[in-house]
Amino acid sequence: MSLPVETLAELREIAARYPEARSGLLPMLHLVQSVEGRVTAEGIETCADILGITAAEVSGVATFYTMYKRRPVGDYHVGVCTNTLCAVMGGDAIFERLKDHLDVGNDELTERRPEDKCTVSLEHVECNAACDYAPVMMVNWEFMDNMTPESAVQLVDDLRAGTEIHSTRGPRVVTWREAERVLAGFPDDLADEGPAAGAPSLVGLGIARTNGWTAPPASADAGSGRTADSKEEAVEQADTSRAETETKQEDSDA
Amino acid sequence: MADTLTPVLTDNWGDERAWTLASYEARGGYRALDKAFSMAPDAIIEEVKDSGLRGRGGAGFPTGMKWGFIPQDNPRPKYLVVNADESEPGTCKDIPLMMASPHTLVEGVIISSYAIRANKAFIYIRGEVLHVFRRVQRAVQEAYLAGHLGKNIHGTGYDLDVVVHAGAGAYICGEETALLEGLEGRRGQPRLRPPFPAVAGLYASPTVINNVESIASVPSIIANGHQWFASMGTEKSKGFGIFSLSGHVKNPGQYEAPLGITLRRLILLAGGMRDGHELKFWTPGGSSTPLLTAEHLDVPLDFEAVGAAGSMLGTRALQIFDDSTCVVRATLRWTEFYKHESCGKCTPCREGTWWLVQTLSALEKGQGSEADLDMLLDQCDNILGRSFCALADGAVSPIASSIQFFRDEYVAHLTGGGCPFDPALSTAWAGQEVNA
Amino acid sequence: MTLTSDSGATERTDLVTLTIDGVQVSVPKDTLVIRAAEQIGVQVPRFCDHPLLAPVGACRQCLVDIPDAGNGRGFPKPQASCTLPVAEGMVVNTQATSEVADKAQQGIMEFLLINHPLDCPVCDKGGECPLQNQAMSNGRGETRFEGYKRTFPKPINLSPQVLLDRERCIVCQRCTRFAEEIPGDPFIALVERGAMQQIGIAEDAPFLSYFAGNVIQICPVGALTSEDYRFRSRPFDLVSTPGVAEHDSCGSAIRVDHRRGKVMRRLAGNDPEVNEEWITDKDRFAFHYATESDRLTYPQVRDRVEDGGDGRLRPASWPEAFAVAARGLQAAGATGVLTGGRITAEDGFAYSKFARVALGTNDIDFRSRPLSAEETAFLAAEVVLRSSVTYADLEQASTVVLAGLEPEDEAGMVFLRLRKATRHGTTGVLAIAPGMTRGLAKLNARLLRTAPGAEAGALESLVEHARHGVDKNSIILVGERLATSPGALAAAVTAAARTGARLAWVPRRAGDRGAVETGCLPNLLPGGRPVADPVARVDVASAWGVDHLPDAPGRDADAIVAALLAGELGGLVIGGVDPDDTADPAATRAAIEAASFVVALELRETDVTRGADVVFPVAPVVDKAGTFVTWEGRPRSFEQVFASPSSLPDLRILAGIAEEMGRPLGFRTVAEARAQMEEIGPWDGDRATLEGLEPATPSQPGQAGGDFALSTWKLLVDNGSMQDGDKAYRATGRAPVARLSQAAYDAHGPTVTLTGDRGSVTIPAEPADLADDVVWVPANSFGNGVLADLASPGSRVTVTKGADQ
Repeated sequence: MSLPVETLAELREIAARYPEARSGLLPMLHLVQSVEGRVTAEGIETCADILGITAAEVSGVATFYTMYKRRPVGDYHVGVCTNTLCAVMGGDAIFERLKDHLDVGNDELTERRPEDKCTVSLEHVECNAACDYAPVMMVNWEFMDNMTPESAVQLVDDLRAGTEIHSTRGPRVVTWREAERVLAGFPDDLADEGPAAGAPSLVGLGIARTNGWTAPPASADAGSGRTADSKEEAVEQADTSRAETETKQEDSDA
Repeated sequence: MADTLTPVLTDNWGDERAWTLASYEARGGYRALDKAFSMAPDAIIEEVKDSGLRGRGGAGFPTGMKWGFIPQDNPRPKYLVVNADESEPGTCKDIPLMMASPHTLVEGVIISSYAIRANKAFIYIRGEVLHVFRRVQRAVQEAYLAGHLGKNIHGTGYDLDVVVHAGAGAYICGEETALLEGLEGRRGQPRLRPPFPAVAGLYASPTVINNVESIASVPSIIANGHQWFASMGTEKSKGFGIFSLSGHVKNPGQYEAPLGITLRRLILLAGGMRDGHELKFWTPGGSSTPLLTAEHLDVPLDFEAVGAAGSMLGTRALQIFDDSTCVVRATLRWTEFYKHESCGKCTPCREGTWWLVQTLSALEKGQGSEADLDMLLDQCDNILGRSFCALADGAVSPIASSIQFFRDEYVAHLTGGGCPFDPALSTAWAGQEVNA
Repeated sequence: MTLTSDSGATERTDLVTLTIDGVQVSVPKDTLVIRAAEQIGVQVPRFCDHPLLAPVGACRQCLVDIPDAGNGRGFPKPQASCTLPVAEGMVVNTQATSEVADKAQQGIMEFLLINHPLDCPVCDKGGECPLQNQAMSNGRGETRFEGYKRTFPKPINLSPQVLLDRERCIVCQRCTRFAEEIPGDPFIALVERGAMQQIGIAEDAPFLSYFAGNVIQICPVGALTSEDYRFRSRPFDLVSTPGVAEHDSCGSAIRVDHRRGKVMRRLAGNDPEVNEEWITDKDRFAFHYATESDRLTYPQVRDRVEDGGDGRLRPASWPEAFAVAARGLQAAGATGVLTGGRITAEDGFAYSKFARVALGTNDIDFRSRPLSAEETAFLAAEVVLRSSVTYADLEQASTVVLAGLEPEDEAGMVFLRLRKATRHGTTGVLAIAPGMTRGLAKLNARLLRTAPGAEAGALESLVEHARHGVDKNSIILVGERLATSPGALAAAVTAAARTGARLAWVPRRAGDRGAVETGCLPNLLPGGRPVADPVARVDVASAWGVDHLPDAPGRDADAIVAALLAGELGGLVIGGVDPDDTADPAATRAAIEAASFVVALELRETDVTRGADVVFPVAPVVDKAGTFVTWEGRPRSFEQVFASPSSLPDLRILAGIAEEMGRPLGFRTVAEARAQMEEIGPWDGDRATLEGLEPATPSQPGQAGGDFALSTWKLLVDNGSMQDGDKAYRATGRAPVARLSQAAYDAHGPTVTLTGDRGSVTIPAEPADLADDVVWVPANSFGNGVLADLASPGSRVTVTKGADQ
């Protein structure tokens, strides 16, 4: 076991944040990635030892979540959203262009050319909750909004050249390992960088302001808004058939 | 019928450094907290019940009622878990909320935890949004320093600790019991119910799991009263919500409005469809809600009316597609998503999505026959309601609804030997440049 | 048996009445719908469901229609009957009466089959496959799937024994749920996600569980196979015979599957009162010993030099061998009998009667391992005829105390039942042991840390300390290792008496308890009759039709060895004894050498048979009927699987010799022996007591020895000769290591040399939860074992840094 002792201490520190240590596993694996560059067999064993569970159990978790990588990723991990909306809005074209430009396939790492300062890995990602900025890319899980094939090519070229890049709605983009460390719960000092919101996030607010629209004043009274008095009624109003099943089952138990 | 916007949650997003405690408190933030502390916990639950707030994560279950299910005579600790795993395709409201005003969420967490008598709360944020994670973490840190969190909050004797937890890439963790599994350091696979989380959730203890927007709505309800909240919205869908418009409208973005506003109105506010194109299909609440078309433009966007129209309000994730978009391509891509995100636990979802993708991709390439469409529908029938959780139900929604509305377009793929659409025409930059 | 009206009333109030396929049925509350349906004869198809595993609802095959959940409203969609408890007034329609349910099930089956290879004709499971069978009964005739199937490189070794063909797997999770829930060995887990989800192990961490083979048996498809059985035969070519496992005192029901006179595999039988549906890997895979090349297949006699022969063993006919043995024993004079602990109760009865009637002696002992006079008295006073603790009782107990017993290694089914009790019930386990082990940790045991040899004090403390929670709802289980811990058995008896706890003795070998019951002890006659009791002797003598039985107190095994060496005994009848298992292997070997005439009854050629004057090949359990008595005192009878002319049951051999000696035993067959045992029955007179018992003393009291107390027991998988013949099985055993405290490990590890009064061994070490002056090694996992190569029972050893490897 050759993870640095400081890392072992930090792994234990993560586990100690939770009422039950195993809850720390997801952030612990993020930390393993920040140190090892991926989830290694050694990292899995170390987490298992600390948590008192088997390596198979840790392995089951490490292979379930897509952010955990078993092969090395680049200094900058570039994601292109190709879920339907972004794909239609141009994500597919961007992804094709980048594969071609970088000469890699999905979830692959670029070769480091003599002139490169940094490596880049490419992956198509699922919806990242920024559809109003479509097509969207991510670099080390920072938003790169409203991309085009051209801006995407420029972006990866800049990343490989080691040029400092800023997220369109966030801070200076840190390396993938640094990002993984933040996700493990060890903050860097970048929370205050970047804007509060991009333009699309504010578009409705702007229209409201322009038109003088606001929510009603606090004095408005429409009586009780209670929409359902019984669990059953609530369930019938709720959208999921799942919820319906639940309550009926509960009732049948009674 | 609502036709104006009502910024509440989005109201401060344009403020200078809106994410900071100073900015939030400058406009009255954390004042609801003191009001809440002056109330009995049960009174807060009643207030939220009376407001009519229904879960903003998609299902629309009454939030106050959910809180009321927590058995207060259970000696185990109670937990609040915030579902910030926003991943449903098209849904993009919680992420900007936490980015711009994380303190709204934190204040909501404190009030909600106090109401259900939890001393520990978790905010489970999907891992793929690093800066949002930073902002929420910083907000929690600031709240501790300001005495809004920790021991003896505001001198009330009430203690609360909040842990901000990063997920690691799994759509299924948006399902509340799968989220609990993830939070317990396990594979995010949904749990058998009963027991329900309210009785045995996190660490087998009574647990409330609420969506970000639901919790963020709580401070305004406490501050302004349930009547205020209930004065907005429709008969059974009270209050306001963030409507997320994306796709082929001129100004995609976040529009906060009372429930019941129509898509026609929202598209108008968004500057209309792209020039030269017409609305073809849209999702009312993410890709798991059956597609609707232009004939549904006047359906009030509340739980009841959208349901009556054959779909679901879901997360108000309005993905707008115009006539340049191939519905078969769109549906195939969503189906690939569900296949990718299927947790693998149950047969119909794991194997069904595997098969659906193969059938759909053949159809998209113009291979197969019209009989395959009926087989596809039969596969959907064998999946819908047969799986362990609702993921697979969502997976068949776009397929069944797209065949319902656009069967001819599927047939055109077969008769034309492939897709008749030029994907370049649907891109964001179509018409702006010659080559793509 | 009659039920009281009380219990009837209780049952009625707990019943729930529902309607399934139009048939009303009443079942206990909390019954799952899938099992309620079985009550009316409807088999709802299922894969993930297993009655001994927690419901999971994963495969969705068991969907049924519920038009009324018992509250007047139905479920809008079909429900999984394996996770749904019954409710009063519920209406269930299965595939038998509901098109909705039938279509739902066919839909699921179709999904399961799209990625399942159509290799049934070459699959081991073909012919006994739940997927194949239910696809026929509840599936579509033809597939509609025309796409590409999921494939994997095949197969992967989950362990040296268990292989996984991933493309056949339907991810029902029975195996992973078993591993986690039943033995607590989650070394296999679901890995990957979605359509690529599969069963996996971590890198370099194979599925090494003593109970791993069970996953093969419960796999509903052919995904899991054993190296041992894979590709060996087809289920429909096999004949199945029920049996009882011969490897421990648990009495597990097994199923022996054989073809043309050869055992092809063994499976767990289903006995809810004993092993439920599980067995150890030893019970499953260790059967090849009976077909090893050194198996004895004909009698042999030695042409003695003094009689003009060449001094070698030569083949002989059975009648000649009987005659030679009879003559030799008569000539040898006083003779002792060592039976070993693997005999059936019938064979034990024969040895017992042979000793008393044919040889006129009480010098008989089944214990071919360290023993003590304290134990001899304890067995007569507290064990024989007692059956106050059952497996089911373990689940009801408030506290189960373990002393001198490591259940995972020494009594696998006791371990599984205790684990079940501690997982689902309110049972706590308190272990009197030198340190926490993996097995004890899986029982969530509390440890009463006790150095080897100091168990008596710990047992005495149970009475004084309420915190141990030992009361009348408790059970104390003592292992055979307590025999050499001075005063421990007596202290256990006292503790049980004073707390009201029940006491049970859990020996290691299948024949041990039966040997106690049949009188293979110097102080006991069959049926628990004390040798010292004249009435008991007369009782047996009259039953046997002899004038009298020997009244001189007999010698125990150690004394028999000493007497042979001293020339006080001349003859020896010895069966199934490995000298290296005995308290003093060198002395035992010397005693065999010193004996003037040795009759050996053995399965395979051994050092004992090589030195014997007459060698009889005895039948292995597969070739004879018999009875093993479990640690609970529960008789477990089994019938013979094969009729093999090359060997005979011990009792038939003993009968043959006795007849030649002119003192017939009165039976020649197992059935006849059983009839005699039945006729004699249990003793209803006074039993022996522990009054005036001298506590056992360490064999070398006060010896200088080393700094470390030696703790040792046999691992479940070790070098035992009845585990020979399956390399894959052996490879699943735990590597032999010396376990030391962290401090001692740091000082002496990673390889240590242990030196005791019998020799030195150098083996790898690992840190463990032990006191700084205790070292543990496995008893029979290296060399000739601890007793032969390292140290005498209870002695101390020195530990030094081993040579670099």
